[in-house]
Parts: sequence; C-alpha cells; structure tokens
Amino acid sequence: MNEIIGYVFIGIGLAFDFFGCLGLLRFPDLYNRLHSSIKCVTLGTSSILFGLFLYKGISATGIKALLCIVFLVLTAPVSAHVLARSAHKSGVKLWEKSVCDKYSEDENALS
Amino acid sequence: MRRLRWFLGLIALGVSFALVFFYPLPSLLSWQSDFLKHAFFILIISASFSLWRILRGPTAADRAVALDILGILIIGFCAILGIPTGRDWYIDIGIAWALQSFISILTLGKYLEGRRFDE
Amino acid sequence: MKVKIIIFILAFLLWLLLSWSVDPVHLFLGVLIAVLVCFVTADIFLESPQVFKKPSRYLWFVYYIILFAWECFKANLDGAWRVIHPDLPINPGIVKVKTQLKSEVGLTFLANSLTLKPGTMTVDIDKENGFLYIHWSDVKAQDVEKATELIVRKFERVLMRIFP
Repeated sequence: MNEIIGYVFIGIGLAFDFFGCLGLLRFPDLYNRLHSSIKCVTLGTSSILFGLFLYKGISATGIKALLCIVFLVLTAPVSAHVLARSAHKSGVKLWEKSVCDKYSEDENALS
Repeated sequence: MRRLRWFLGLIALGVSFALVFFYPLPSLLSWQSDFLKHAFFILIISASFSLWRILRGPTAADRAVALDILGILIIGFCAILGIPTGRDWYIDIGIAWALQSFISILTLGKYLEGRRFDE
Repeated sequence: MKVKIIIFILAFLLWLLLSWSVDPVHLFLGVLIAVLVCFVTADIFLESPQVFKKPSRYLWFVYYIILFAWECFKANLDGAWRVIHPDLPINPGIVKVKTQLKSEVGLTFLANSLTLKPGTMTVDIDKENGFLYIHWSDVKAQDVEKATELIVRKFERVLMRIFP
C-alpha cells in the first residue's frame, strides 16, 4: 500500500517538474521564468523525495530523503533571491509590458 | 497566430509523450517496474528544456537561472535511480549535490553582480 | 558557552540522522566533528539562545509549516495554470512592501516563504528600514500599504510570534 502511495507522489512530482521546465521555455523575460520555474521545480522534487520516503519506510534512505527535502526547501528560495538581485544589478531589464518597477526607482534615487 | 503556435506546440508535446510511453525502451538495468522507466524519460525531457535555455539564453543571467533549475532536477534523478536499482548511496549523491549546487549558484550570483569574492 | 552547547546538540543530532547507525566508531567520529563545528561556527549562528525555552513557539511553528505547505501547493497549481494557458495571463512588476519583523532569522523565513507563495518572489531586502522588494506576477495594487495588506499579512501574523 505504501508503495502505491509513493508512486502517486512521484507521479505528481514529475508533472510539476515538467510544467516548471515548460515555463522556462515559454515566459518572455528572466524574472517570470525564475518565478514560475523555481516554485514548480522545488515542490516537484520535494514530492519525488517524499515518495521515496514512503517507498522505503523509516530506514537510512528514508530519513536521508526527508533531510534532503529540508535542505532543498531552505536553499532553493535563497538561490532564486540571489539570482534575481544580481540579474537586476547587472542590468537585465524587465519585460516591456510590465506595470511598475519600484526597485530601479529607489536605486536611482539613492545613487 | 499565438493560439495557432500554442496548438502546434501542444500537438508536438502529445506526440513526444506518446513516443516515450509506447516505444519499447531498452532495459539497461534490471528495472523492477515500467513506471519508473518512463518517469526517467519524462525527467530527461524536462532537463532537455533546461539545456535548450542554457544554449539559447540571451544574457548570462538566463543561463545561470537554467543551471539552477537543472541542478534541482538532478536531485530528482538521484532519488528516482535509488528505487529500481536498490542501491542506497544514490540519495547521498543527491544531498551532496543539493549543497554544492547552492554554493556554486551563490558564487555565480556574486560574479554577475560584479562584486569581489571576499566581500 | 550556551550557544556552543546548543550548536553541539544540533550538529550531533544531524550526524545521527544522516549516518543512522549506533556503531562506536560512528559515534566517536560524530562527537569529534560536532565539537569542531561548534567551535568554528558558534559566533555566526544564534544571537539570542534564551528564546529556545518557550514551548508555545514550537506549536506556532507546526501551524506555520502546515500553512506553508498548503500555500506552496496552491502556488504550484497557479504556476501550472499560467504556463499552459495560451495567452500567458501575467501582469508583472516589482512592488515595495513594509514589514515589522526585526530579527535576521525572521526576515529570512519571511523572504523564503514569500518566494514559495502564489504569485510573489522576493528580489531584495532593505534591512534598516524594513522594506522588501517583491516581484509580483499579477500586480493588483502599487502603493505600499495596500500591497503590504495583500501580500505580507498572512505570514507576518504567525512569524511575529515565532521570532519576536
């Protein structure tokens, strides 16, 4: 029974991974791509690891899979944050139909 | 025009999924189930999308974003490979890859921002 | 000294979970590495160790994890819907919101959970004034108060009690 629930979780994770990488192709600028794909890929890979935990039960591999979920959820948003800030500071523009950009206004006011 | 392109893309995705699911895949290892064999190929398609973005990205920051996504996908590869082969050390590779990919992305961000490495 | 003991216990617990065996060799190596880690990194972590004693924080933390998982699931459904829609229904922009959290750990948790919430992604933090710059994929309000009311409130109410 646990194996079947694990397979269901792995299937959900694969679907979210696929949609995240499709967003990497379809969106028009860097921030939207990062925005859609980091969410989908983080939860998709966490779901695959949780399926591995349900498949293996409480053993060495299962506990390692849970720890890997904790590392992933703590580190993936930080890397997205670092990439968005450094891309904005290195001069990548937003999409031309964007509504507002308060960050560059404040940077111009400060400097 | 955009809807036509979207429709063509959807048809191409359906055809590629059908090819992956009904093609008699070679059994490289002694796989325990067909589901994992096909799941592996869905992950390979996702990784090829990411590789396409690395190839075609207009700026260096786009390539860094795609590299980050590829690094998270590889953890999924390691987790799935651990089930049919029965080897427990694949998840160790996954944990080590998670931490190392995080540190390399931090270094890339600092480089793109134009700061020195000891700031 | 208190900080070092707490870090030693956390590092040794992490070692026990990762190695998952009670060999004397593994235990000895774990104690050695945990002592090394707690002497190297004691002054980086943990500014205020006395708040570890309050038991109500842990209950609020469990509630926060449940809320976070539900928001994360909604965010994924939202992202998948935006990807497969033919017209790409996005309306992006970077807005500025204000927060009342002061401690570094609280700000880090707030920024991370805003990144995994539906529709928002943190770009930069101004720590002195308490401003967060947020990339919003569907901008509904541009001024600071309304955006704060729409984005930050739900998580800030819980996080104020965990990290005072």
